[in-house]
Amino acid sequence: MIKISKFLFLALFVFAACTSDNDGEEPISGGENSFDRKAMLANWADNIIVPSFENFASSTQNLQEKTNSFTTDPSEGNLVQLRAAYKKAYLDFQTVSMFEIGKAEELNYRNFLNTYPTNVSAIINKIESGDYNLTLPSTYNEQGFPALDLLINGLADSDQEIVNIYSSEKYKSYLLDVSKRINNLTSEVNASWQGTFRDNFVNNTSSSSTGSVDKFTNDYVLYFEKFLRSGKIGFPAGVFTGEPSPGNVEALYSQDLSKELYIKSVKSVQDFFNGKYYASSQTGPSYKQYLDYLDSMKDGQILSTLINNQFDTILSQATGLDQSLKSQVQTNNTVMLQAFDELQKEVILLKVDMMQSLSISVDYVDSDGD
Amino acid sequence: MRLQINKYFNSYTEAAPLAVFRLFFGSMMLASIIRFWLNGWIEKLYINPKLFFSYYGFEWVKPLGDFTYLIFILCGVSAFFVAIGYKYRLFIISFFLSFTYIELMDKTTYLNHYYFISILSFLMIFLPANAYFSLDAWKDPKKAFQQIPAWCIDSLKLLLAIVYFYAGLAKLNSDWLLRAMPLKIWLPSKYDLPLLGNLMQQEWVHYAFSWSGMLYDLTIPFLLLWRKTRFFAFLLVVIFHVMTRVLFPIGMFPYVMIVSALIFFSPKVHHKILRKISSFFGINKSKFDNSLGLVFQPVKRKIFLSVVAVFFFIQILLPWRYLAYPGELFWTEEGFRFSWRVMLIEKAGYSQFKIVDSESGRRFYVDNSDFLTPFQEKQMSFQPDFMLQYAHFLAEHFRKDGHKNIEVYVENYVALNGRKSAPYIDPELNLLNFDDSFKHKSFILPFQDEIKGL
Repeated sequence: MIKISKFLFLALFVFAACTSDNDGEEPISGGENSFDRKAMLANWADNIIVPSFENFASSTQNLQEKTNSFTTDPSEGNLVQLRAAYKKAYLDFQTVSMFEIGKAEELNYRNFLNTYPTNVSAIINKIESGDYNLTLPSTYNEQGFPALDLLINGLADSDQEIVNIYSSEKYKSYLLDVSKRINNLTSEVNASWQGTFRDNFVNNTSSSSTGSVDKFTNDYVLYFEKFLRSGKIGFPAGVFTGEPSPGNVEALYSQDLSKELYIKSVKSVQDFFNGKYYASSQTGPSYKQYLDYLDSMKDGQILSTLINNQFDTILSQATGLDQSLKSQVQTNNTVMLQAFDELQKEVILLKVDMMQSLSISVDYVDSDGD
Repeated sequence: MRLQINKYFNSYTEAAPLAVFRLFFGSMMLASIIRFWLNGWIEKLYINPKLFFSYYGFEWVKPLGDFTYLIFILCGVSAFFVAIGYKYRLFIISFFLSFTYIELMDKTTYLNHYYFISILSFLMIFLPANAYFSLDAWKDPKKAFQQIPAWCIDSLKLLLAIVYFYAGLAKLNSDWLLRAMPLKIWLPSKYDLPLLGNLMQQEWVHYAFSWSGMLYDLTIPFLLLWRKTRFFAFLLVVIFHVMTRVLFPIGMFPYVMIVSALIFFSPKVHHKILRKISSFFGINKSKFDNSLGLVFQPVKRKIFLSVVAVFFFIQILLPWRYLAYPGELFWTEEGFRFSWRVMLIEKAGYSQFKIVDSESGRRFYVDNSDFLTPFQEKQMSFQPDFMLQYAHFLAEHFRKDGHKNIEVYVENYVALNGRKSAPYIDPELNLLNFDDSFKHKSFILPFQDEIKGL
């Protein structure tokens, strides 16, 4: 028995000596030998996510107000104003759509706001019957920006005809409800970030699959792969079916918005990668810094540089795309397929190389390892 | 020499260590089956997926829908009866069969630990683990023996020694020792550990863990065997496995190993354990202490010893089969499984399968999430035998969908131990031209680096 206690004492002593020594030497943040994930989470929350949602919430508020004006007084002038508000909000949505965590995840926020193609016949039927409930998950493709797009751009060929349609109370109230719902859901998500969720998010520094860094990174990469690569480019280009489907583009009824949305979304993802503050050129702790800290030397190049270079390649390839991705698919789908290939290279860098460097597992099956 | 061998096989030892082993093994297996069930893993891993990845030659072993639960019940019940030693031989056989069946249902879930349990329970079929302190021995004095042949206990020690020693040999490579990979990837992410968190970010810690892990695996069997170092070694076993439990999602395995290492202790220790258990449950332990020695019938003895000999022959040789394949083992994984290469590589991949109509040239990509769970997709993406089976599955699926002249290609990138991801499967080759076999898979592209070592 004496033997055990002696050994344990010695072990404890050595251990205590090591750790206290260590604590003394290293500052918690910024030191060369440690990376402070909490500071990264705080930067994400305080300088990127929260301001992005604040900005987006004011856009959706404005969207609802412009919808109000238009439905109270359907005129071509009000329609033009409503469209501008819609366009701004849709573009701003690209800066928050990747943050599907917390309240947004709980609400299925992205599905309610941006499931496309929208279901035209279902929408028309529901407007006519006046019987609908937009809170049901079965109505993802009857609301959000794609539905709004249809309602203010796709119902008729000329603005005058569209305005004429809104002499109908049924159309007015559906349009208003869609616009309100976008704003209400956004207020809810925004409020949760203003409330306790920000602290929960920042303090959850655990490295388990429920920790903020792991969970968010999975969401971030999923967004890039499924919603950006497949959603905006892959599906319309027919990558998964072999048949180009121009009807699957984002903002189908807006003449020339789809490319702009795509670029905005790529830029937002890249800015997030670099920890760039919302609407500022300042940067803070980020994936880029984290990867650089982990010294991910690959092929003589740093992984974060490879990733940023690929983002740049994607963006420069995108300049060759038609303003309307719909017409791009119809006229020369090859450019779309090239865009997909460039996005694909980035998926590999993010999902394989970055996630391996960060030691974040791609799946949530919490089964045992060896 | 021959005389000595004969003498060894006729030597006897106390049955108590084997009885303790049986008791703990059965209880832990029962606990791990219950844990598996409560975690919802039966449904997640064996009911929900649309296809299951089979081991070559065992394609007929499949989950049975909702009846899969019955296999788990059978397995758990068998474990319980093994623990108490009731109709031992029957239940250890049914445990071995049901557990192995479960493991064969889908190789996505392959773990060295599960394989260890499978072969350990196979070995236990041939050991008289119910001779002492069991319900069998309690009910029928003719089956009760205090002494059993020494080889019955030594075979368990040998199996444990093989597991540790081979795991140590596998660590003798440049990635593990000179690059501290993959610990250098894994440990920094454990930043949230109390006390240790900050240490996990230090490079010297990664090297220290790598080297000490290697030394531990290579020496622990010997340290456990030698009486003078045994206690110290056991302390190391406890510290090492508790550490792995803290650092990695490793389930019940650390406890299984800690308890298994008790087999190296003298019968005195085991009698002490059994006395504690007896007094707790109010069992009259002295009823088992009959001083009788178990003598196998000659024919039975011959068969048992032959099976055990063949078993160990295979166990010793199988981990070396990778030498028969060209290319880097960690890259191709040909001969990787069943060889105690534990926690040696961090590998991740990405596969985009392309279905091509060879006549019209029409092509499209497959969305893997239509067919695979995230876990299956992850495992499939860096293991060539998975990709092959999946390619054939996809061809079958799209053929039924009315597609014709199908060819299946894969664009596949794999990252190994922190190297930048590189093309893995030749994207120009129609995977349908290949069938799974033990032969080298020539569609794997060569590894662009070198890993030196065993």
